[in-house]
Amino acid sequence: MGTTLRLVARRLWQLLPIVMFATLVVFLLLQLVPGDPALILAGDYASKERIEEIRQLYGFDRPLIVQYLSWFLNVLHGDLGTSLLSGAPVLELIMQRMPNTVLIAVYSLIIAAVVGITLGVLAATRVGSRVDAFVTSTASLGVALPSFWLAILLVATFALQLHLFPATGARPFTVNPGDAIRHATLPAVALAVGVIAELARQTRSALIEVLSSQYVRTLRAKGLGPMAILWKHGLRNISVTLLTLLGLAVNRLFSGAVVIEAVFAIPGAGSLVAYSAINKDFPVVQGTVLMFAVIVILVNLTVDILNALLDPRVAEE
Amino acid sequence: MDPIPGGREPRQQPLLDVRNLSVAFHDGETWGEVLTDVSFAIEPGEFVGIVGESGCGKSLTALSILGLLPPRGVRLGGAMLFDGRDLAKLSERARREVRGRRISMVFQEPMSALDPVFTVGTQLLETVRTHFKVGRREALERAVEALAAVGIASPRQAAAMYPSSLSGGMRQRAMIAMALVCEPRLLIADEPTTALDVTIQAQIMDLLIELGQRTGTAILFITHNLALVAESCRRMLTMYAGQIVEDGPVREILARPRHPYTAGLLGSIPQSSRRKSVLPSIPGRVPSLHEMPPGCRFAPRCAHVEPPCLVPQQLVSGRDWRKVRCRRAGELALPGAQS
Ligand SMILES: Nc1ncnc2c1ncn2[C@@H]1O[C@H](COP(=O)(O)OP(=O)(O)O)[C@@H](O)[C@H]1O
Ligand code: SF4
Ligand SMILES: [Mg+2]
Repeated sequence: MGTTLRLVARRLWQLLPIVMFATLVVFLLLQLVPGDPALILAGDYASKERIEEIRQLYGFDRPLIVQYLSWFLNVLHGDLGTSLLSGAPVLELIMQRMPNTVLIAVYSLIIAAVVGITLGVLAATRVGSRVDAFVTSTASLGVALPSFWLAILLVATFALQLHLFPATGARPFTVNPGDAIRHATLPAVALAVGVIAELARQTRSALIEVLSSQYVRTLRAKGLGPMAILWKHGLRNISVTLLTLLGLAVNRLFSGAVVIEAVFAIPGAGSLVAYSAINKDFPVVQGTVLMFAVIVILVNLTVDILNALLDPRVAEE
Repeated sequence: MDPIPGGREPRQQPLLDVRNLSVAFHDGETWGEVLTDVSFAIEPGEFVGIVGESGCGKSLTALSILGLLPPRGVRLGGAMLFDGRDLAKLSERARREVRGRRISMVFQEPMSALDPVFTVGTQLLETVRTHFKVGRREALERAVEALAAVGIASPRQAAAMYPSSLSGGMRQRAMIAMALVCEPRLLIADEPTTALDVTIQAQIMDLLIELGQRTGTAILFITHNLALVAESCRRMLTMYAGQIVEDGPVREILARPRHPYTAGLLGSIPQSSRRKSVLPSIPGRVPSLHEMPPGCRFAPRCAHVEPPCLVPQQLVSGRDWRKVRCRRAGELALPGAQS
């Protein structure tokens, strides 16, 4: 257990520069906007006094590094500023919207993992079969399909034609889980397809390699059945590949959420970014992007630690 | 009692009796027979060596006995009687009960033959629990005992290690422990020392000999190195191009080989006492499937070839338990090992 703790500590330490860089980029978002940030923050019809007030409030007259540090300190205290449009605290806005996005992301990750890994396993254990042909031929197509196009296709078929799922909107999971899941299904599927394709293809090739390895021959020689070989040794040996892919998928799902939430009119964090950006509500954009970055970093940290726990070769490196 | 009529002499029933084993692979168009008419027997507790150059079909013979040939594109012929049952006729399920329990195998590459993501102990106890209904703890105890029996100094620590943190020699010991943990009747060791350096090689050979004597497990030792067979086995089989070409007691074969191929292998053993003589290795190479001679398969490389050699040769038993697949065996006086 000591080694695990040490590993976590080391990973956290390695994360530090990444966190600094990510927050700096998010902070600079506002600086990169051409023109006087105070002017932009104040909005189109602000008075001179209001602009000056904002300049003081945000400290735009101070050196950049000081500004960054004080912003960072505020962020650490959970203060992401206030919305220029509504005047509400940014954190509050994000927290209202985030559950919808997280539901879609987690849901689509589960779909992708179950379907993608199953397809990959079927293809790897039946090389040359119809499943295998399907996985290898459609996998590249699935990766290339734009998710919004797929989303429109899904809505047209399953919502408008077959009336199996609602076409738009979201419901809070805490109030009615069944209804929330029904609403999240089409967006989750639209997001999942690309991940499924990638997972199936990678599962297939990683598993084929494992199953033809010397140690699998040893397992057969000691009398182990095909199920134990596949599910215990096979999956365990490709778990690092799978987890790494799932980690990358999380990154992709959150960036994909921006588009998908727009298509399905879902009040999530993705559509919040889009809406705020259009309306120049920069503190909200900044706060949400920061939140996404934090989630992605935490997910990758978790993947790293799990990988090290699952595979001694990773832990040693 | 011998279940197949017309078998061998009614002495002790052999542990394994391979009869006319043949293996053919389908290459997409035709069947190519890689093993032809392989027949030999192993008595309980015997230490038998199979020797032959690379590609002669030694590993394939071992994999056939274990039932580890690829599931498709393979045609198996003949019989493999083990404890009176024909292994070739068993269902896959029944064969799994034999593998690792009655017959087990050690492979050449200890580096890659163990699963890298499980500890050595876990892999040994998994073998135990595949064949016996025992709890994890008891299985682990047996695993630790097995590791101790192969000379691993601190077996409990070794059990908790991953294969990557063991040396090559230790890994091969762990492999042997895993092969013996269920106390099988027969251990097939396919080039178990080839990947190891010379001192470790000698240790592993000594270990195999000692374990064979102590546990009564019969050992089929496969190697391309006749010197190892000469040092450790009582009986040996020479294999060439998918056939057994000579079978008999090691000491007698070394003194007076009957098959020119065995004699050729003998001639290429490095003689540490006579360093000036260059190794007279056998010219040419093992024929591939498409260039297989219709008659004696060794003919293209044989210095004694004559017209009677150009028909297929049969493995013929002499009156002295020796067998040879060479028409001219009786007339040739082949040189043995100089000692
Ligand atoms: N799966 C296979 N398909 C076709 N040929 C094979 C296959 N496996 C082995 N062979 C052939 O069988 C012959 C014997 O191989 P092998 O038993 O590995 O030899 P050895 O162990 O004596 O070096 C080789 O010529 C090899 O090419
Ligand atoms: S049968 Fe003839 S060619 Fe074959 S090994 Fe004997 S002597 Fe040589
Ligand atoms: Mg071999």
